[in-house]
Amino acid sequence: MSASLLRFSSITKKIWMALLGIFLLIFLVVHLSINLCLLKSDPTWFNDAARFMGTNYVVKTFEVVLFAGFIFHILLGIILQVQNWMSRPVRYAVNNKSTTPFLSKYMIWTGGIVFIFLAIHLVNFWAMKLGWVGGPRFADGEPNFYQKAIDLFSIPAYSLFYIVLIIVLGFHLNHAFQAAFQTLGLNFTKYSKCIERFGMVYSIVVPLGFIIIPIYFLLIR
Amino acid sequence: MNLTLKIWRQKDAKSKGKFVIYKLDNISPNCSFLEMLDILNESLIRKNEEPVVFDHDCREGICGMCSLYINGRPHGPDDAVTACQLHMRKFKDGDTITVEPWRAKPFPVIKDLMVDRTAFDRIIQEGGYISVNTGGAMEANHILIPKPAAELSMDAAACIGCGACVAACKNASAMLFVSAKVSQFALLPQGRPEAKERVMKMVKMMDDLGFGNCTNTYACEAECPKSISRSNIARMNLEFICAKASWE
Ligand code: HEM
Ligand code: SF4
Ligand code: FES
Repeated sequence: MSASLLRFSSITKKIWMALLGIFLLIFLVVHLSINLCLLKSDPTWFNDAARFMGTNYVVKTFEVVLFAGFIFHILLGIILQVQNWMSRPVRYAVNNKSTTPFLSKYMIWTGGIVFIFLAIHLVNFWAMKLGWVGGPRFADGEPNFYQKAIDLFSIPAYSLFYIVLIIVLGFHLNHAFQAAFQTLGLNFTKYSKCIERFGMVYSIVVPLGFIIIPIYFLLIR
Repeated sequence: MNLTLKIWRQKDAKSKGKFVIYKLDNISPNCSFLEMLDILNESLIRKNEEPVVFDHDCREGICGMCSLYINGRPHGPDDAVTACQLHMRKFKDGDTITVEPWRAKPFPVIKDLMVDRTAFDRIIQEGGYISVNTGGAMEANHILIPKPAAELSMDAAACIGCGACVAACKNASAMLFVSAKVSQFALLPQGRPEAKERVMKMVKMMDDLGFGNCTNTYACEAECPKSISRSNIARMNLEFICAKASWE
């Protein structure tokens, strides 16, 4: 599989990366809107949403796309990066001083940290859903994600870790948003300033939305 | 001005190079960077030492030969100029200046600061032209070209093939160069008949030669002596997508 990924041209790899990235950007908004239900002290909001996501067939189909999206986004990101390192076998003695958007140089590292977070997140929630690890459950055996989230956020160290990693995700998204449009060739029109500004707002508002939740549990509840 | 130069010296393509330090006194701030290197070379020749080899030709910013990576920036600390247009007044008295060749796998060092940029010619050979039959010249206004398209095409055609974009890019990607060469034709009616084939073949050659992949870092645009815009890269990406999607 990775051999045929390697044979893709540089631009084809980038296009897939951007398309999957945009899918992930949309997914994050859906995920956030469900998480925000945690702010209601009445747990039925969040639990209903979680149950809908876990049982609806359209959502379940998208779950497969989501997994594939993450895997290929990450795989392509690593392949591109390794090829890029190989393109300059002899490094410069003086580090490059060209003016570039700061976060653009660290996409593989911010992406890597997001991946670590993703792995922990999957162990916490997805593995619990499958019953691979224990966790709070309702009487009918369905996983109680609301209780699980509250349990985790009531550990200050976990909340802090969560906040820091979401900030790193924000760094990744800050460059990623406009980069995806550049890669898809939609960045040379009169809309490009608009895309840039929207990307900036997205990369601040979405992480902030995620961060509000642990802060709420740490400070207010 | 008194300067300390740290210059990459490499006997030939196969040797291992190293930095050599030279002291230069009494350099006029009005010297160009290449004239300063000339003064250094004259003093080396007088001492019976090998002069420093560096590429140059026009010395007026149009040929793109002067490939010097100066203090961490292609063509040095000034914006939108080539190394031959760079003046010593951009440096301070007593400065140490490090000069390196372009570093990229497809640009091997020939000697000292001179690199082989045949890779760019190979990319051009894949489609950086339009095919025209010889014969009588056409009436100039036969094919109407909208003014904005003509302007954008001319902006892209300003690329002098210097390779600073590759040298600056953390991935040694040639996307700015190739996109300028694709765009200058893609924007004009004369370039359309061969447009699909051109973009696919030039991108393939760029990949085969071992240039890196673009990660939208835009160091290329920041260092280009001709201020070629990154919007050309977006345009090439779209050209590529359309060519792939409609290929028969
Ligand atoms: C929720 C998670 C993520 C989202 C929403 C996301 C989104 C994006 C988007 C939209 C891009 C821009 C594509 C382009 O440049 O055309 C991108 C680039 C990139 N991502 Fe992610 N990504 C995520 C997670 C990851 C992970 C886990 C990695 C793991 C290594 C990663 C590595 C990269 C790399 C290396 C780039 C390339 C930078 C570039 O080409 O500009 N990403 N990401
Ligand atoms: S795009 Fe700019 S930096 Fe790159 S080769 Fe052309 S003139 Fe040089
Ligand atoms: S020598 Fe021709 S551009 Fe510098």
